[in-house]
Amino acid sequence: MERPLSDTDKLKSLSEEIALRWLDQVRVNLDLQNGLCRMECEASVLADVCSWLFSKLGYSFASLVVEEEPAEWSLWYIFYGDLEDGQIHILHRMSKTQATVPSISHFVHAADWHEREAEDLFGLVFEEHPRLGDFVLHEEWPEGVNPMRADFDALKPYVHREIHPDWRPARIVRAPGVFMMPIGPIYSDFAESAHFLLETVGEDVIRTIPRFFYKYRGVEKIAEGRTVEEVLLLAERFSGTSAFSHSTAFCQVVEEISGVEVPSRAMALRRLFAELERLRHHVGAVAGICGSTALAVAASQAGILEEEILRLSCTLTGHRYLFGLNLPGGLSMDFRDETIKNLSATIDDLVKKLDELKEMLRFSSSFLDRLEEVGTISRESAVSYGMVGPIARASGIARDLRKVLPYAGYEAVDFTVPTEQEGDGYARLRVLFGEVAQSARIIRQAASSLPPGPVISQLPTLTSGSALGWVEAPRGAAFQWVRLGEDGRVVRYRLTPPSFTNWHGFHLAAEDFAFQDFPIIMATFGLSNAESDR
Amino acid sequence: MSKWVLKGLQTGIKTTSYPDREEAASGVSPGLPGGRKEAGNEARLVIARCPTRALTQAGQQIEVDYRLCIHCFRCLRGVPSAVDWNSGYEWAASMVTCNHTIHRLGNAFGRSLHIRFVDGGACGACISEIEQMNKPYYNMHRLGFFITPTPREADVLLVAGPVTDHMRLPIQKAFAAMPTPKRVLAIGACALSGGIFGPSFTSEAGVPKLIPVDVGVPGCPPPPLAILHGLLLAVSRKPSASLKFPGSIDGGENS
Repeated sequence: MERPLSDTDKLKSLSEEIALRWLDQVRVNLDLQNGLCRMECEASVLADVCSWLFSKLGYSFASLVVEEEPAEWSLWYIFYGDLEDGQIHILHRMSKTQATVPSISHFVHAADWHEREAEDLFGLVFEEHPRLGDFVLHEEWPEGVNPMRADFDALKPYVHREIHPDWRPARIVRAPGVFMMPIGPIYSDFAESAHFLLETVGEDVIRTIPRFFYKYRGVEKIAEGRTVEEVLLLAERFSGTSAFSHSTAFCQVVEEISGVEVPSRAMALRRLFAELERLRHHVGAVAGICGSTALAVAASQAGILEEEILRLSCTLTGHRYLFGLNLPGGLSMDFRDETIKNLSATIDDLVKKLDELKEMLRFSSSFLDRLEEVGTISRESAVSYGMVGPIARASGIARDLRKVLPYAGYEAVDFTVPTEQEGDGYARLRVLFGEVAQSARIIRQAASSLPPGPVISQLPTLTSGSALGWVEAPRGAAFQWVRLGEDGRVVRYRLTPPSFTNWHGFHLAAEDFAFQDFPIIMATFGLSNAESDR
Repeated sequence: MSKWVLKGLQTGIKTTSYPDREEAASGVSPGLPGGRKEAGNEARLVIARCPTRALTQAGQQIEVDYRLCIHCFRCLRGVPSAVDWNSGYEWAASMVTCNHTIHRLGNAFGRSLHIRFVDGGACGACISEIEQMNKPYYNMHRLGFFITPTPREADVLLVAGPVTDHMRLPIQKAFAAMPTPKRVLAIGACALSGGIFGPSFTSEAGVPKLIPVDVGVPGCPPPPLAILHGLLLAVSRKPSASLKFPGSIDGGENS
């Protein structure tokens, strides 16, 4: 994950300015080779520093990583900016006896869910956070149970309790005639488990209150103490529809910690399959959007293409969702150059069919009527909520990790990041179509100039270390933080998938709308609960 | 709208001819380890690589517990002597929790079976494969299988995922709301055994721990044809798979 050297000036001046503003309270440590600025920050100025980075300098909030050590808590606040801005890791340490931290989410709203999650799972208190309490763990979990703490036994089956009969979900809108319409956790045809409380006066929905984490499998917790080979399976299978992206992120962390060099052939193939996965995901999302507006023929056309990509993936790699392909150090199998070269023609054919579909949709007025000005997210909201991926790009935010923090050789690839400004359902559909064309471009480039050589490097014996890995998954920016212990086993595994980031802002799109638009808003968001709930 | 009608007609028929004929297209199934192999020192190496302990040594052979296999391909790739690979897809098997002759849904359901899908914490791949059954390549409507929005109208409950703590109650309620006779299909390794997620503080380690399961479909995820096989098995239109796993009834018997 080496970075171009041109970044260094900006990071240097940044560190100087921080030293000037918060002398003695912030200790800065520059890692120019990795385009990384680490700093340790005291509680008194933590919120100020984060707010300054987020609001004034335009950094994006990536993740909050909480680490428990025998005597103290370490909280890492991770930010990233554009290509020349690099990454900023802010460390805040405090003793175990003190479990309160100043909340930063007043200024950095993107950190809101991260703080709520840490409160629920670690038992930390974020001072002045307006809405702490039941979040990941629903109301039937007693207070004081913090499964992410080291002394909690992850393998002990948890005793299930009944919900108190008097329990009611919180209501926000109070007006005559307003009632709550519950949707979920079992609803629609193939929907994932999630719950939405629609505050409504009948046809018009005023506000949507989502309740998630029905699918909480405690992936971060059960990864602890396992070997890298075992955690790779979790990285791949916590979100099966974006398995290759997340396993790539995990492999990249392990490669970073162990210092292993991935062969250039494996890097090119990783780009190729990551884009094939994006292609499949986006085609599936288009099918979902067409289906949500009851445009059956278009949904079928996209469905045909989706199955064809699944079959292509399986014919190439043995698995329809690319499971078992990624390994730390490279890939588990090699491909004949000819097979990969022939792929370009298949992809061209696919893109041609998708273009035809796009053109037909563009001139179907009844379809457009249902998407335009539906589920709108303004650019300001998208920035404030730290939204990522196609949803952010439909609201005018062009930040794409393949461009701003290039990995797996993306810096040498010629592609653009399609963006739209309207932030509505139709803008999101156009971004999906735009990204499909770019993915095809990346696949063609990787296929036409596949370097020779091995596809895997031998991994050395793993020792302790920690690193951040990232990938632009089909649904947006995904971050993984891994700390390995002396024995090479995982001590801490932190997953920040794009669905987690984007569900946070979903309620903005589901305000003041007509009830029949709900499935359309859901489909144009195209998020996964498996990915978000973990 | 006529352009869409025309487009549909131009596309022609894409649908598989399964179950009338075998599907021969490439890429419809990831396959499963066959396991029937002379066991020696090399076999021990292969078995040791299995992260879910799906492979065990039984006498001179490697046996596979299909509830546990997650297609990680570690017994196939990067080993000196790999296991045999079984590339079929008719994997569904009746489970011992059901009494065979009474529990089969009879001919009355043969052409009109209503299905409710419930997500018990599935990773998304199983859900995607179930969705594919409703798309042109598999089109389960032609077989008389329909998705219904409510368990009150459902004959069959399809459950995927390891059954998370938060989905325990909703699954129990959905099962209770179904009219009898009712059947439950457990879809995928997680639903059969908890897969890589369970048992743990949030995972029940499989649907059979919670409600009686009639048909199990192994795979991670099971391809659409395997799930179709499971539905056909539930209405006695196809025999049980020849592969066995703990909890399944000996394969091979006919409807």
